[in-house]
Amino acid sequence: MAGAVEAAPAREDTFPKLLLRHARERGGRPAMREKHLGIWQTWTWGEVLGEVRAAALGCERRGIGPGDAVAIVGANRPRLYWSMLAVQSLGAVPVPVYADSVADEIAYVLAHAEVVAAVCQDQEQVDKLIQVADQTPKLRFLVYDEPRGLGDYGKDHLSAFTEIQDEGRAAMTADPGLADHWAARVAAGSPDAVSVILYTSGTTGRSKGVMLSAGGCVAAARDTVAFDRLTDRDEVLAYLPLAWVGDHYLNYAQAMVAGFCIACPESAETVTQDLREIGPSFYFAPPRVFEGLLTRVTIRMEDASRLKRAMVRHFLAVARRHGAAILDGRPVPLTGRLAYALGELLVYGPMKNVLGFSRIRVAYTAGEAIGPDLFAFWRGLGLNLKQLYGQTEAFLHVTCQADGDIRSDTVGPPAPHVALRIADDGEVQFKSPGMFLGYFRDEERTAETMTPDGFVKTGDAGFFTPDGHLKIIDRARDVGRLSNGTLFAPKYIENKLKFFPTIREAVAFGDARGFVTAMLNIDLTAVGDWAERADISYASYQELAAHPRVIDLLEQAVDQVNRDLAAEPAMAGAQIRRFLVLHKELDADDSELTRTQKVRRGFIADRYAPLIEALYDGSTERHVRTEVTFEDGRRGAIEATVSIRDMTPHAGPAPTLREAAE
Amino acid sequence: MTAAVVPIRAAATDAAGPPLLALEGVTLSFGGVRAINDVSFDVRKGEIRAIIGPNGAGKTSMLNVINGFYHPQQGTITYKGTVRRRMRPYDAASQGIARTFQNVALFKGMTTLDNIMAGRTLKMKRGFLWQCLRYGPALSEEIENRRAVEEIIDFLEIEAIRKTPVGKLPYGLQKRVELARALAMDPELLLLDEPMAGMNLEEKEDMSRYILDVNRLWGTTIALIEHDMGVVMDLSDRVVVLDYGVKIADGAPEEVQKNQDVIDAYLGVPH
Repeated sequence: MAGAVEAAPAREDTFPKLLLRHARERGGRPAMREKHLGIWQTWTWGEVLGEVRAAALGCERRGIGPGDAVAIVGANRPRLYWSMLAVQSLGAVPVPVYADSVADEIAYVLAHAEVVAAVCQDQEQVDKLIQVADQTPKLRFLVYDEPRGLGDYGKDHLSAFTEIQDEGRAAMTADPGLADHWAARVAAGSPDAVSVILYTSGTTGRSKGVMLSAGGCVAAARDTVAFDRLTDRDEVLAYLPLAWVGDHYLNYAQAMVAGFCIACPESAETVTQDLREIGPSFYFAPPRVFEGLLTRVTIRMEDASRLKRAMVRHFLAVARRHGAAILDGRPVPLTGRLAYALGELLVYGPMKNVLGFSRIRVAYTAGEAIGPDLFAFWRGLGLNLKQLYGQTEAFLHVTCQADGDIRSDTVGPPAPHVALRIADDGEVQFKSPGMFLGYFRDEERTAETMTPDGFVKTGDAGFFTPDGHLKIIDRARDVGRLSNGTLFAPKYIENKLKFFPTIREAVAFGDARGFVTAMLNIDLTAVGDWAERADISYASYQELAAHPRVIDLLEQAVDQVNRDLAAEPAMAGAQIRRFLVLHKELDADDSELTRTQKVRRGFIADRYAPLIEALYDGSTERHVRTEVTFEDGRRGAIEATVSIRDMTPHAGPAPTLREAAE
Repeated sequence: MTAAVVPIRAAATDAAGPPLLALEGVTLSFGGVRAINDVSFDVRKGEIRAIIGPNGAGKTSMLNVINGFYHPQQGTITYKGTVRRRMRPYDAASQGIARTFQNVALFKGMTTLDNIMAGRTLKMKRGFLWQCLRYGPALSEEIENRRAVEEIIDFLEIEAIRKTPVGKLPYGLQKRVELARALAMDPELLLLDEPMAGMNLEEKEDMSRYILDVNRLWGTTIALIEHDMGVVMDLSDRVVVLDYGVKIADGAPEEVQKNQDVIDAYLGVPH
């Protein structure tokens, strides 16, 4: 896109060029931190340059050159970030790989990307790569960061990261001009070259290698750095998977552009403590993390003394009333401001401090819909939580919410320099500065994803609100229509149901049918807790799920969802008319959920065909027998009689559907 | 890339090595009960030695004899080439013998870090007043020992519970903290009393990994009591089997496994 990259010729347009600039301009400022043996170690930009240069020259001695792909396998560690920079400085392409992938998945990515070398975090990753060595013919050598356990491995194709760096340093001693020569080559790097290949996690078929250009990456990151006013005084805790676009963008790219400091957690388990110690100013987490934190706070409050509980209850109510308004700069009465200030002193401040949120200026969430109550809670506390909508193909941002213009039910207006449109079939399409070059070695799927006029198809269905915010309702291919033509977006309805703490999972049906129905899973913790207080005794999940009073409880939730749907003209016809509570938990072991806990609607429809039939034939209960797989792999069956409830639809603003098929 | 990177596991034990510890004709009685009856065996430097046997066979008594808590009425114990006299557990500890307990014996109200630091007590030379000052030599001693402790925390991957009181930890982690505390002594001989009792499969796998790593990477000699036969067979270099205080077998795991006396002791004999 013209205009995406601002026309200042001297501006750095690759990550290694930015590294040189930061080392020059803010060589003494912290660039990276990692906790080692209980103490935070810091590397300045000047030191990072030295480390990267040594690694790059070492890699070059080992034969890494322009165009070679190098896999980076592991968690967020400074040396793995340096490896990315070192590889990029040679004109080679880093390919970050999910550290928790099983060996076969790694083998596919390594073979597809034609990786010649891999930088691994530790023995675990090295073992996986050795295991699939015969499937990755081009792989020549492995480098590891953490030496533990690798002492008695053969040395022929395996080196420590420090050994590679030592080779690089030795080469520099032997040839004093080498460092300048390297810097000159970095300065001559092309912005059009591929900067990184990010493999999508592959929920739909084999994962695809998204190629991103250096210039595009830098331009996209420049836009959002300016949008959120990030500077070199900011700091992040990099705990997101290295191979995910979120980490590569929000942490790596933004840090490289703004020159702020990336802190790496001590281990995956210590993230909450590290967060508190580092006190980041920019933070990203998926909605379930915010949900988990809220649950933790709530549970801990229940153990507190009565006085404290009353105080928290009072001030959280104040926060709900005034917090978001104060954050957005809207008018708030003086009494409200005073009450909120007192609350900040007594409740919000300490609470944010415990969670490590005290210094956060900008926080984002994305990936799933976030519940309105949850969103309001965090914003009420004064946490500047915003939503964005993005894709690997866009190098993240498609839309993002600006300070002061924030809603829980939209993902915001288009990000700077992003062109966005809704196709006739409701699919969202975009053009962005960071837009991908194509899928690596997959022309066919690249062509499928692009429109003739150069827009990228997201595969998501959405619409614009009157004030220009984008609202995503579902995956485009999942959106269907009821037999009378009403729009049916299953995930939209399911998300509304799942916002209730009592509902763990929900599956909505209705495509090409007369009305919408739903299968629900209770949340054992929440409903179990409720049952205890309501004096309901139960022996198993199945028994609790079938209890009439539990079904009454869920009926209230479904009714509330119907009321919400009735208020939206586009959705009012898709209210839930009948529902049932499933006798077993949907489980990835039974293939009902994906490993990332997303419902597989088609599979569930087949598996519970008798129940769906019962939902639509008007019967009030149905006896079913379901095969299950236990945790240890044994198989068995459970039988249950599942009862079905009818719902009365609410009158909406638009004419509602009347008794279509009953 | 070829298969040349495939790890070659070196055997940690030097089979011809001198015994680190040798017991000769050890007999221990409590009044009329003979807990251990004329038992002789040795532990070689660098090996993992398992002591197994049915309940009440005298395994824990044996560990208590080794670390000086009980004094056998008969027999000699030779440790590092010197015949041992009557002594207290304190002496065993200062000679480099550390142990863990069957029922976790940690300081429940103290944090993981403090518990492990307690294991360094014998390494701290500065007196009470110096420690109160927390200045100069006392401080540098503290730093030096803290560093050693942090290396163990890193090794056992318990960073996340560094500041958690151990009483709040799940059982499997408490066992790991106990191992950490024993390791903090830099022991030459590490005695583990049922390190995997009450653990689930995953915790057992982790613990096995740590025991092997301690042995392989640090060269620590390990004597362990364990009931999980799979673990014993996989981990240990040699196994000694006790039954009613008497040694009934001694040798490599696969030999012991086939030994008829051992099978009888575990399964009982038809009458």
